[in-house]
Amino acid sequence: MQKVMMGNHALSWGAKLSRAEVIAAYPITPQTEVVELLSNMCADGSLKAEFIKVESEHSAMAASMGAAAAGARTFTATSSQGLALMHEVLHWATGARLPIVMGNINRAMAPPWTIWTEQTDSIAQRDTGWIQIYTSSIQEIMDSVIQAYKVAEQVYLPVMVVLDSFVLSHTNENCDIPDQDKVDAYLPRFENAYRLNTDKPAAFGGLTGPDWYYELRYKIEKDTERSLDLFEETGKEFGEMFGREYGLVETYKLDDADTVLVASASIASTARPAIDQLREEGHKVGLVRIRVFRPFPSELLRKLLAGRKKVLVIDRNISFGMSGAFYAETKAALYNEKKAPPMWGYIAGLGGRDVPLNVIRDMIEQTIAEEHPEGDIVWIGVKR
Amino acid sequence: MSEEIKWESQSDMPLMAMSLGRMTVNKTGSWRNLRPVLDKEKCIKCGICWKFCPDVSISIDEEDYPVVNLDFCKGCGICATECPKDAIEMVKEE
Amino acid sequence: MLEIRFHGRGGQGTVVASKVLAFAVAREGRFVQTFPEYGVERRGAPVVAFTRIDDQKIYIRSKIYEPDHLLVLDPTLIGAIDVTEGLKPGGWIIINSDKPAKDFPQFAGFKVATVDATSIAVKHRLGSAAAPIVNSAIMGAFAKITGFVGIEAVREAVHELSPVKKDENVEAAQEAYDTAEVPKEQS
Repeated sequence: MQKVMMGNHALSWGAKLSRAEVIAAYPITPQTEVVELLSNMCADGSLKAEFIKVESEHSAMAASMGAAAAGARTFTATSSQGLALMHEVLHWATGARLPIVMGNINRAMAPPWTIWTEQTDSIAQRDTGWIQIYTSSIQEIMDSVIQAYKVAEQVYLPVMVVLDSFVLSHTNENCDIPDQDKVDAYLPRFENAYRLNTDKPAAFGGLTGPDWYYELRYKIEKDTERSLDLFEETGKEFGEMFGREYGLVETYKLDDADTVLVASASIASTARPAIDQLREEGHKVGLVRIRVFRPFPSELLRKLLAGRKKVLVIDRNISFGMSGAFYAETKAALYNEKKAPPMWGYIAGLGGRDVPLNVIRDMIEQTIAEEHPEGDIVWIGVKR
Repeated sequence: MSEEIKWESQSDMPLMAMSLGRMTVNKTGSWRNLRPVLDKEKCIKCGICWKFCPDVSISIDEEDYPVVNLDFCKGCGICATECPKDAIEMVKEE
Repeated sequence: MLEIRFHGRGGQGTVVASKVLAFAVAREGRFVQTFPEYGVERRGAPVVAFTRIDDQKIYIRSKIYEPDHLLVLDPTLIGAIDVTEGLKPGGWIIINSDKPAKDFPQFAGFKVATVDATSIAVKHRLGSAAAPIVNSAIMGAFAKITGFVGIEAVREAVHELSPVKKDENVEAAQEAYDTAEVPKEQS
């Protein structure tokens, strides 16, 4: 079914199509419509789920963990300060191996108060063990929720589906809502092998000494790494069933490119027409959009980027005292490569500053013009 | 039922810490150096000791007297402290 | 690609007007993208919304800086803000006003059309007389004047997007469509 819808509603529809059984969420701008639509769906019976009203995001995640531990397919959504408040329990969800799927709307952190987009909120949670998908269209948001459950439930790890505040959350565009039957075939009912079970009582997450904690961390890492292949496999399968294929990254005009732009989310979408323009002007420019940031697709990026003449990375986030996160990690992934290209790291669009096509062009053209990058951060458009 | 989940190696270990089956496998009675002993003459069968025992180690028998399960009693002495008739005495374990 | 900018005041239905256009165009099988200028909307404050229309998937995700056409839902904005900022020469400016197009000489170089959407909205009891909701009417006129989208699709979109008074909104769109005059010197 074709429908024009906003990014927030695409998250809700993704949860509905995935037949989420429990939703525990607390509203926050710019996420509110996600929760609104889901509570409507629960109220009118179109979604057979338990909707748990909570008093904070910390409680939202705590309730989600309880539901997931009981074996229910669980969904929640938040943004920015709300995600930060969840921080403690985000680690718990990973350690308890609970395949929760959460939408996070990228909103810049306060102070000063702001509601506009920036990735620093979710980047700050990159070490919690949550898998992170950065989306770049309304359709991809909906599809990613469905794929997220498919991956999460095989590796017993939680997944965050991330989208830009307003630029995606409040933008309406064409969306294809897949048939429920087909989604059911793609994403069958989930049987949690470790669920709370009164017939097989067990104590979960109890005190574990240095003799075994280390091994439990090893298992998380191994399953996180396994999800790299699973994203490619389940993304291909999604393409076969629904006509839209997804992977760890998306490439555009990359084959013969000597200068490659690495970007994510909505900036990587606007980058495509920017690259079209530069191609018409004779520049061999290509794009790698990083879709899955955790686990970081290091091996794939080595394959795609080693041997190129120049690489530039645009970050709508900043790790103060270092650089943008996508830049730092892309650079780290290529460090041991003999043919590692010089890499430029641009910061753009913090706090929702618009990143129009000509600004993306500026960054690419600056990279082409310069011999070698100077420093780790190039600030774009800072006012004098 | 007191099934204990045990593993020998990392590979047969569950994904998360499920170190025990039921807590009944964890016999905390070995931690005890004082043992509660009931004086039935003084006991009024009020059940306060049963209510306060933090390890649920006290049950009530057919005559309504408290019975301590020494497999689990840690000897904390809360029952003796709370007893309104001083009917429980903490005795040194030999 | 067509890029259209909407100007109005909070409470007039500016954002919904941009969605009506997008929903209507999507019903005709084209690609759309619509979004408000993201702010903290208040009743009476100037509001801006954008709609992009194309025959293929739309990748650009920035604001619209050089729109092809404009809709002005509140004539009192003219002069208060520079509504034509970035507007491409020859673009349509469709204004909600009871005055004729020739009363807007400051817009020389653009194609100006007016529609009295306020009167139509009041007649169909949309909003209050003091604060009428003019979006359905102006979108009916837009369909007639520009021909970018059919009235049938606009009627369906208005019906889908109106939270209350669905029929009255559809009738307002139709009345504006039927009565709007396409300026003669501009085809």
